[in-house]
Amino acid sequence: MTHVLPYLVAAYVFLAGAYGLAASRNLIHAVGCLAVCQSATYVLLLAVGYRAGGTAPVFSDIKPGSRPVVDPVVQALTLTDIVVGATVTALLLALVLQIAKRHGTVDPDELRELRG
Amino acid sequence: MDRLLPLLVVAPLLGAALLVAAGRHLPRPAAETAGCVVSAATAVLALVLLLNSSPPMLEWVGGWTPKNGESVGIVLVGDGPALGMAALVSLLTLAALVYSWHYFDEPPRGHSGSFPALLLVFQAAMCGFAIAGDLFNAFVFFELMSVVAYALTGYRIDDPKAVQGALTFGVINSLGAYALLMGIGLLYARTGELAMTKIGRGLDTAAVHGGGPDALVLASFVLVLVGLLVKAAAVPFHFWLPDAHAVAPTPVCMLLSGVMTELGAYGVWRVYGTVFAGPGGIPAADLERGMVTLGVLTAAVGAAMCWYQRHIKRLLAYSTVAHTGMFLVGLGVLTPEGDDGVALYILGHAGVKAALFACAGILLDRLGGVDEHTLHGRARELRGVAVMFALGGLGLAGLPPFGTALGKAVTEEAVGGPLTVVYVAASAVTAGAVLRVTARVFLGLGPRPEDAGEFETSGCDEEPETRGLLSRVPDTMHAVPAVLLAAAVAVGVIPGFGELVARSVNEAGSGGAPGSAHWTAHGVLLGLLSTLLAVGLAALAVTRTGRTSAPDWTAPLRRLQSGHVGDYVAWLLVGATVLGALALPGALGN
Repeated sequence: MTHVLPYLVAAYVFLAGAYGLAASRNLIHAVGCLAVCQSATYVLLLAVGYRAGGTAPVFSDIKPGSRPVVDPVVQALTLTDIVVGATVTALLLALVLQIAKRHGTVDPDELRELRG
Repeated sequence: MDRLLPLLVVAPLLGAALLVAAGRHLPRPAAETAGCVVSAATAVLALVLLLNSSPPMLEWVGGWTPKNGESVGIVLVGDGPALGMAALVSLLTLAALVYSWHYFDEPPRGHSGSFPALLLVFQAAMCGFAIAGDLFNAFVFFELMSVVAYALTGYRIDDPKAVQGALTFGVINSLGAYALLMGIGLLYARTGELAMTKIGRGLDTAAVHGGGPDALVLASFVLVLVGLLVKAAAVPFHFWLPDAHAVAPTPVCMLLSGVMTELGAYGVWRVYGTVFAGPGGIPAADLERGMVTLGVLTAAVGAAMCWYQRHIKRLLAYSTVAHTGMFLVGLGVLTPEGDDGVALYILGHAGVKAALFACAGILLDRLGGVDEHTLHGRARELRGVAVMFALGGLGLAGLPPFGTALGKAVTEEAVGGPLTVVYVAASAVTAGAVLRVTARVFLGLGPRPEDAGEFETSGCDEEPETRGLLSRVPDTMHAVPAVLLAAAVAVGVIPGFGELVARSVNEAGSGGAPGSAHWTAHGVLLGLLSTLLAVGLAALAVTRTGRTSAPDWTAPLRRLQSGHVGDYVAWLLVGATVLGALALPGALGN
């Protein structure tokens, strides 16, 4: 059970974020929910690379091959992912700011100009 | 020659960095010239590499070559389709840059380089996505191109609609990208590999021991495809596209519609072919069921919504949705001829659609609107644009000898049977809508149509993107659509071009079976048939206004496009579930 738990957590976090996005009444909240969805990808990637009893993959103080280490590739992927996420969140928040200035609201229910 | 592959990404990125750094000191013409030069140089490089792409090139970036078959390096693949897409991206970026010459209001002081710099980053990201050989890099370039596209869509931040459309675009596409990343994570968990070919081999090895695909493979397949289909704007992942296209600046629309959504379809082809096509992946029957279902749905919804638009840019955007459906059906039947046809169709469609957007941009800046109803008969003096707009419509319909017609004919041959009806009908309806706009706006034919009601976005209060209304349209804005249309015709008429495309697509595909891509009597007749239908539909619409106003059954379809980002997210989840259900039988069978 314990080995599938992280994957279930990742799926739960992703769906929770998606639910928040679908039900959101505030665009800043919506951008936050998108960040929650992204957190699910961090959980998933780190769970994939986890190794029971493993240590950090830093070989300055341990001899290569002397003890198990966790997978460094997924950690690198997670770091890249975080950088991507920071960019996306910053840009989307900037757009929300501009929407608040131009429309005077951050409620998606009131932004219905583009339809049909 | 392989060593030059990374330059496709590096050159435009460096150009963009230079423009950002020096942009504040450069006068506007210098910045725009620099942008054109860099993008043209990249286009030349892509074409030179494309001519040398047989056998396919492979480059391990930074010299991280595999040792004993194991590698952690980043691999770039330069085969025919990858370099072909890179060349298409570069040429279209060049066209957009030339078109936007003196296009916008005087940019704010000290930012004259920002628009060309953003376009160059967009070009770099799209080229990178096309040649990425491993999935994680494909994700990074996917996100880079998305982020630049959001910024470009909301480029005119003073326009309330622009920021709204950009936010919708951003939220939906980012959610799709995170789904893609989760799928990549699952594939890495199973195989411990990121390079696409090695993931495919890893899945097959696992299948030999474990016996066929299981829930994890199915989940990763659905997640990866959701990300790519959001980019390709397949129904029900398409809601962001009309909103984004209606509000983005015209040169950006040319790129979004001409090549970015097609990169989603290209991604589906690449990922299925190299990762999931083996015995450990998803059985061909399941992919076919999923893609053909979604493709037909996309074509139908796109064509219906396209017909009932009055906002010309939105109309063209829905036409892109309809054509995406046709691309997906063509790729979904998994025949070499289908792939060849779609490759040719994408080339022709890029030229025609970008030219149509360029003409819509001229309307916006000359007459201050893109609304079919208020512009009725007001564009009579724009004769050249009228001819180009009508030609674009005929190109969409598949009138021989346009490249779209050749691509459509080859794809129709490949899909065969009742699916041919989808191709003829969808292209006739989308082209009919364009021809109807030509008749009403440029020729002033027929009575002025009535407004349809609440669920309609008109284009009458759009701001022109240039400084005030143009009294005279610049030559660059005329030349670009003319050249693009000529290129779309050239795809169809240059002898042997179709065969060349077919050969390079098949060389890269798993089969390697020789395909044929040439005009057949059957294809020409079907092309003429859909052109006749399109002209007939347009004539009917113009003469009998009452009969073609939106009937009640389309109201629910139009109401789906509610402008609410939450609804679109809900539809994305529904789409993911449907895709999973369509692919499920293969995983259950084992």
